[in-house]
This record gives sequence, C-alpha cells and structure tokens, in this order.
Amino acid sequence: MTTRSKSRAGALALDILNHGALALVALLFLFPFFWMISNAVRSNSEVLAIPVRILPTVFEWDNFAEAWTTLPFGRFFINSLIVSISVTVITVVVSCLSGYAFARLKFPGRDALLMSYLATLMVPSIMLIIPLFLIVNYLGMVNTFQGVILPVAFGTFGSFLLRQFFLSIPNELEEAARIDGASRLRILVSIIVPLSMPAIGLLSLFTFISQWNNFLWPLIVMTGANNATLPVGLTLFQTQQGTAWNYIMAGATLSMLPGILLAILLQKLIYNSIALNAGMGGR
Amino acid sequence: MASITIRNAVKAYGAVEVLHGVSVAARDGEFVVLVGPSGCGKSTLLRMIAGLESITDGEIEIGDRVVNELEPKERDIAMVFQSYALYPHMTVRDNMAFALKLARRSREQIESEVNRAADILGLAPLLDRYPRQLSGGQRQRVAMGRAIVRNPAVFLFDEPLSNLDAKLRVQMRSEIKALHHRLGATMIYVTHDQMEAMTMADRIVVMRAGNIEQVGTPLEIYDTPANSFVGSFIGSPSMNLIDGVIVANGAGASLKDGDGTLWPLPEHAVPHIGRSVQLGIRPEHISLQTGGIAAIISSVEPTGAETHVQMQVGGKTIVAVLRDRPGIAIGDTVAIAITDERSQLFDLQTGLHLR
Repeated sequence: MTTRSKSRAGALALDILNHGALALVALLFLFPFFWMISNAVRSNSEVLAIPVRILPTVFEWDNFAEAWTTLPFGRFFINSLIVSISVTVITVVVSCLSGYAFARLKFPGRDALLMSYLATLMVPSIMLIIPLFLIVNYLGMVNTFQGVILPVAFGTFGSFLLRQFFLSIPNELEEAARIDGASRLRILVSIIVPLSMPAIGLLSLFTFISQWNNFLWPLIVMTGANNATLPVGLTLFQTQQGTAWNYIMAGATLSMLPGILLAILLQKLIYNSIALNAGMGGR
Repeated sequence: MASITIRNAVKAYGAVEVLHGVSVAARDGEFVVLVGPSGCGKSTLLRMIAGLESITDGEIEIGDRVVNELEPKERDIAMVFQSYALYPHMTVRDNMAFALKLARRSREQIESEVNRAADILGLAPLLDRYPRQLSGGQRQRVAMGRAIVRNPAVFLFDEPLSNLDAKLRVQMRSEIKALHHRLGATMIYVTHDQMEAMTMADRIVVMRAGNIEQVGTPLEIYDTPANSFVGSFIGSPSMNLIDGVIVANGAGASLKDGDGTLWPLPEHAVPHIGRSVQLGIRPEHISLQTGGIAAIISSVEPTGAETHVQMQVGGKTIVAVLRDRPGIAIGDTVAIAITDERSQLFDLQTGLHLR
C-alpha cells in the first residue's frame, strides 16, 4: 500500500467514524419524536404492551381526530396561541427597547441597573411562582389571559441577548441616521431592528416555544378545561378511569406542529439576515 | 452654504483634555482640510462640528448660529464617514432617500433629488443595488450622494478615502475636488494623509496633540512651516532636520552639526549666529554637486519620474529626491549641495520657525 493510498484509507475510516457518531447522536435526539408518533397511531393497550413493538401492529390514524374531538383541543390550541404570541410580541418589543437603552443610551446608574437586572437571571423561576401568584391574585387576574401572559412577558434574557447584539452594530450607522434626522426611536425601528433580525428571530423562536411548552404557570393561573393551554389540556386525558396514552401522544404530536412551522419560517429569515449583516457598515 | 467659526473649542473626557481651546474658521464655500497624526484631535473636532460629540467649552458657529446645543439634524450639515456607514438593509436609492423621507418630503421631490445626486455621481445604474453589491469606490459615492441630496450648508468628511486602495484614492480625490467646484459648498475634510491635504485644500489646518500648529494655504504651509513639526509632517518624503549650532562662515553663516559638518545657511541666519537650531531641508532641494558635502549612498529608490536617495552624512541619514536618473549605487561616495535659500531654520528648544 502506498503512502498516498494509506492516508486516503485513513481519511475514509475517519469519515466513516465521524458520520457514524453523528448518526448515533441524531438517532438519540430523534428517537423520542419517532416514539411519540409511533404511540400516537396505535391502540392504548398496545402502548403499554410487553414486549415493546417499535412499530404498531395496526395503524390507528383516527387517534388524531379522536384526540381533537374528545377534549376541546381546538380551544387549547387557541389558548396556547394567544398566550404564546402575546408573550412573544411583548417580550420582543420590551427587549428591543430595554436592550437598546442599555446598549446605546448614557444615563446615570445604567451599568449598575444592568448588573442588577442580570442578577435576576440567577434566581430560579420556580422560586417566583408563589410571589407572582400572590400578585396576580391581588390584582384579580387569576383565571385570565393577562394573568398568564404579563408575569412571564418581561424577562431579562431577551433584553440581555438583544443588548449584546445591538452592541455589535457599528455606531457609525446610528450617527449617520442621527445626522439624517432620525430620532432615537426611529433609529431603533428603521436601522437597528432590521439589522437585528437574526437575534430577534431567535428570541421570538425561543420565547414562543418556551411559552408553548409552559405547563406549570398556566396550570396555576387558569382553571377549567376551556381556559387550559395545550400542555395543561393534554393532562386531561389522565382520568380516574385511566390514561389514554395514545391520545396524549397524538395530542402532543399535533402540539408540535406550530413550533416546527415557526422554526422553518424563522430559519430562512435568520439565515438571510446573517447574510445581510455580513455587509454591515459598508465593510 | 455657510461659514464655520470655531472659538476656543475645548473637549475633555473627564479629566483628560483632548482639544485645548482651538480656534479656526472656514469661509463660505471654502475647502478646509484638518490634517495631523493619529490622536491629534482632528476627528474629534469634526465630530463636535457635526454634533456627534458635545463641546466642553468654547463656541461653534455655522453661518450666524451658535450650534453648541443643537442636535446634528438641526445643524444643516451632512457627513461622509470613513466606513461609509451605508444602511446595509436599504438599496442605494433608499439610502439616499432616507433623510428626505424623515424630512417628510413628497415622493416626487425625493425622486427628483435622488436622481439629481445619482446623475452627478454616476450612480444611476446602481440605485436598486444593496451596499454589499458595490465596490469600495461605489460605496463612497453613495455616501457622498446621501450627503448631496440634503443640500446642506456644510459637508463634513471624516477620512473618507482611508479604506480605498492607492489608485482609487487618487481618482476619488479628483472627484471630491470636482464636486466641491460644482457645488461650491463649504467642506471640512479630515485626513491623516498630507498628500490629500496638499492636493485638495483651499486651506490646511495642521493639528498636533489637541492644538492647531498652523493654518494656511497648501503652499504657505509647505514653503513656510510654522515649526519643525509642520515642516516634517507636510511633504513626502519628509523634510530633513539637522540639529546644530549656527556659526560664522566668512561673511555668512553655516550650521555646524554634531559631526562637525558645515551646512550652508541663507542670509537671514546671520543674526542668529551662536544659536542652537534645527536646519530643515526639503529632499528636492538637495542635488549632487562636485566639491559639496560628502555623503555615502545607503539606498536608491527609482520611482520612474524621480529617484529617492538615502545617504549618510556623518552619522545622519539624509533623503534626497533627484529629478535626473543619476548613475549611483549603494555604497558610492557622492558630494551634495543644498539650495540654501529654500532651507528653513527652527529653534532647537521650541521648534518655532526662525525668520
């Protein structure tokens, strides 16, 4: 074997090893989703059957329709959409404004305020459940959408993420806009935000998915089936008579779809925005 | 169009003062260049005129208005940045129209102004492109177009050619100068390149360490520098500076340097006999002449039109620019003469020009 063919064989072996490892990791990530869909299309008795079968013996596609109609699934969807979209919009707007203030405005105590703002990230959110509920109850917002939305819409993470991104935008762009006659708010809306779409897209995606999957807070604030969001609504398949695992899996599969769609839509936006920012500032 | 008057402008960042009470004026329609080494305060001064930096003390007037407290948009100025600062998410057309949209002009007015500026700068075929699709020179023209559409009283340029290659820089220099001639606008131009200053300015302001060293026309600055710093900063290759003492030499005077070499001096040096000075000799005022001062060639750089020669005289390195193509090589011993009536004298302690 020549030296050249030895190194080619070695490169091939390394390639196979790398791809094999990646395939294994991909399998580990994708298997739960596959298992969810597999259980969504089988009978409830087969879900718990031993030995475990990877694929169902009979494909019960009706499970999706059954899950949708057995409980007010459409209502759950709409509630989740209202909560997730509202929190996302408020979070993005507030984070843009506060992120810009921390990045560009000079005012006394700015850095100290930023540090104390960031320090709240150290507090586990679970510790805030009780005090937040007490506030919501005091304000008479229990069992209302605003009670679910407002306490979670003003987080620190978004402000910090956008602040860091805004700092990377060349100052000369803002100076040029100031000379052109733009106010601070106009600069934010017309210059900063369009150039920050990668970060804003990511923040929107994370916020939406985080609220879409949020179980505990809507469970605490909202009562009654008609007010439930999707994660809470899915638990209603667990009754005293038993748990309809196949319906839960079918419902969970349906619940995933908006998040996947949003990720696909925002993916293009994020990638295009990154390409645009490559030419930022005329460099 | 408007004049600019700066009176005792001071800029401090906390306890650190970077501009020490500078005063300068630009007449209506004049092209004034602020030139100096990095950190001299020229960009800071320009930004203070623009309103992008606050003024610690002093006054800035544009036209007959004191603009100290006015926002940039209220000063009727336009600025071209070193990095062009084009909005990357907007087309060339939108970049140029942005200021007019903010001023709530009608669509027809905006279109008319953008097209006018585009015609002046040759940008018409590029109006629908994005900045990332343009070359450096095109981007610079768009930045100028963005300034032109506003019809400002004053144009400010902050080292606009620094990011361009040498050939394009020369071309854009001419274009900016032609633009000035066409518009007749007041322009303040900042650069660290003394060649740009010499070729473009009606008047040059030479700055160093937050102070103005000299203000004058390019030839005034070149022929009669106010001090040794201006003398060595303006001109390429730099002025040769030789330290020594003025001694009597017959009826005239000569400079005796540290190695004992006697350099001929003009008549006006005679009253300063005994004084320690710096002799400034422009490279083009040195020629090869039999019987002159001995020098050993250390470097020969032919540029085509002229030859730059480095030589050692005693322990000093002297640079000469020779028009002819002398048949000399490294290591040769030659004799040089200087055009003494063109040489400059500076006080050794203060650096000030001696008349």
